[in-house]
Parts: sequence; C-alpha cells; structure tokens
Amino acid sequence: MDRIPLEKKVLSENDRIAARLRESYHEHGILCVNIISSPGSGKTSLLERTLERFPKGTRVAVLTGDIQTDNDARRLSRFGFPAKQITTGGTCHLDALRVERALADWSLDSLDLLIIENVGNLVCPSSYDLGEAAKIVMLSVAEGEDKPLKYPSIFAKSELLILNKVDLLPYVPFDIKLAREYARSIHPGMEILEVSCTTGQGLDQWIEWLEKRGKAVTSDK
Amino acid sequence: MHELSIADSILDSVRQEAQKHPGAHVTKVGVRIGALSGVEPEALSFGFSALVKGSDLEPLALEIEAVPRRQRCPACDITFTVTEDNLACPRCANGETLLAGGEELDLAYLEVED
Repeated sequence: MDRIPLEKKVLSENDRIAARLRESYHEHGILCVNIISSPGSGKTSLLERTLERFPKGTRVAVLTGDIQTDNDARRLSRFGFPAKQITTGGTCHLDALRVERALADWSLDSLDLLIIENVGNLVCPSSYDLGEAAKIVMLSVAEGEDKPLKYPSIFAKSELLILNKVDLLPYVPFDIKLAREYARSIHPGMEILEVSCTTGQGLDQWIEWLEKRGKAVTSDK
Repeated sequence: MHELSIADSILDSVRQEAQKHPGAHVTKVGVRIGALSGVEPEALSFGFSALVKGSDLEPLALEIEAVPRRQRCPACDITFTVTEDNLACPRCANGETLLAGGEELDLAYLEVED
C-alpha cells in the first residue's frame, strides 16, 4: 500500500473560478458582497430598501439565489437596476460557477457594486467562495439570539452582522445585547448594524458601510 | 445539507488523481475538515458511502481528520488552538483575537494498491 499526499482543496474547482471572479471585480473596481441568512430574515427587503435609496444611474447590480421561482428578481427589478435570479433547482447554496454564468452577459465596466443575495441558509453558503470582498450575515430578531453559537462558521467568516427587524423588539423575547455578545464571542470585533427595513432605522449606516467598503476596494486597486 | 455535493467533489478529485497512477487501485481517501468549514463529518461520510456504492470506485474508504479552529493574538503574535469555544489569547487573555484556521476542506492523501 502506498500513501500519496494530495494537499488540494476539495472545492478547488469552485475556488479557481472564485479567484477569477475576485480578480475581475478588482480590475473593474467593483465591491462585491455576499449576503447570507436564514430564509425569511429579510435579505430581499434589505435590498429593496437599499435600491430605492440609490439615485438613478448608480452603478449597482443584484444577483439573487433561490431554489425555485424568480419572485425575488421580479421584486428587485422594479428599481431600474440590473437584477437577475439564479435558480439553483434544489441546491442549497450559490457557487462560483453559477455566479460567473449569471454575470456573463453583463458588462462589469458599468458596475461599482454587485450585491449577491445567497440562498436562504446559514450553513451551506459558508463553504462556497463567490469571489466576494465581504460576506455579510443577517439575523432577524424574530429568530433565536443564539444563532451565532449554533452556526459559528458563517458568523466567524462574515465581516458584518446585520440585525434586522429591530422594530419588532418590543413584541419578541429576543435579547439583542446577548445576540451581540454571542456574535462577538464567535467573531471578536465583528461589525454589527441594527436595522429595520420597515421603519428605515439603521439604513443610513448600512449605506455608509457600503460606501466605506467600496472606497477600500477602489483605494487598493 | 450540501455534504452530498462535497462528497461528489471528493470523488471527482479521486478520479482525476487516479488517472496519474495507471494500474493502481485507490482504496482510501483522506480529507481534513475544519471546525468552521460548514461541513458536518457524519453527513459527509453518509453521502460519501451512498455515492461510492455501485460506482467504479467501490470499495473506497473515507478517512476524516477533524481540524479545530485556530485564532491569532495580534498583540503576542501567537497562534493557538481554540478549546471550549474560548477565543481569548492564552498568554495575555486579550479577547480581540483573529481567525487563523479551521476553515479547511482539504484533500490530504490517497492510499493506493498496485
């Protein structure tokens, strides 16, 4: 019996395509963010509130992943910016190849910001690099505040935590202080924004975060 | 549950590597799974067995090495293994440590017989 060392990534094919995408975003000065949450946390609502705030002519596009239906892309295309659905047909996450294919007929020259809304799932999307500059995890106060402890992988890998639906705090037993502590126990120093897509609370800070992050991308170009 | 597609990627790599060793029979593949990889070892083993059964690679064993999370303390410049979810630096107790490992999803080795 012989043992042959391999030292290769299991997802080397995905990682190869993700590296190609990252290089391409870098060349075009595009900030790409990958938003990940459970189903129903409010990813699409956040994108609606985000796109409606952008002035006409803002160089932004959205890719949205779901197992079935193009409902989200239809919701998001009302704002006049490019929005495309990636329907995975059963797969619980987006991968780099699907993103690359979806981008094939868009001109990256016309973009400064690409927002990817992943399939609603806190586990599987954490394993797949899409070439993004930052993963963003969203948790709504209608869920459990211990989600960072239950799903440490995605909280450890995400640059920013968005706590959504904070307008519901008076009506739910969610301990937001504890949620913040849990998140930072998994990811020390994690950036956290408290947001309500219903009242608009925190949306200015979210747009500022995108602007700050976008500047970081263009300055290291 | 994406372990089935991860298992499929492992089998693809085994086939690719096996082509480099004509005549050899691959009996085992070793993988390293980090605590933050997002992959559940038990589900991976289950998916792997299901895919191998009846395939050209049967019988093929899977050995999983679980790799713990590591953090780095920027103040002390040391990297340490995380035990019991405690991310504080063991030397200076600084809580603001940085992720330094545990995301592995690697193919480690193949065992072959001639």
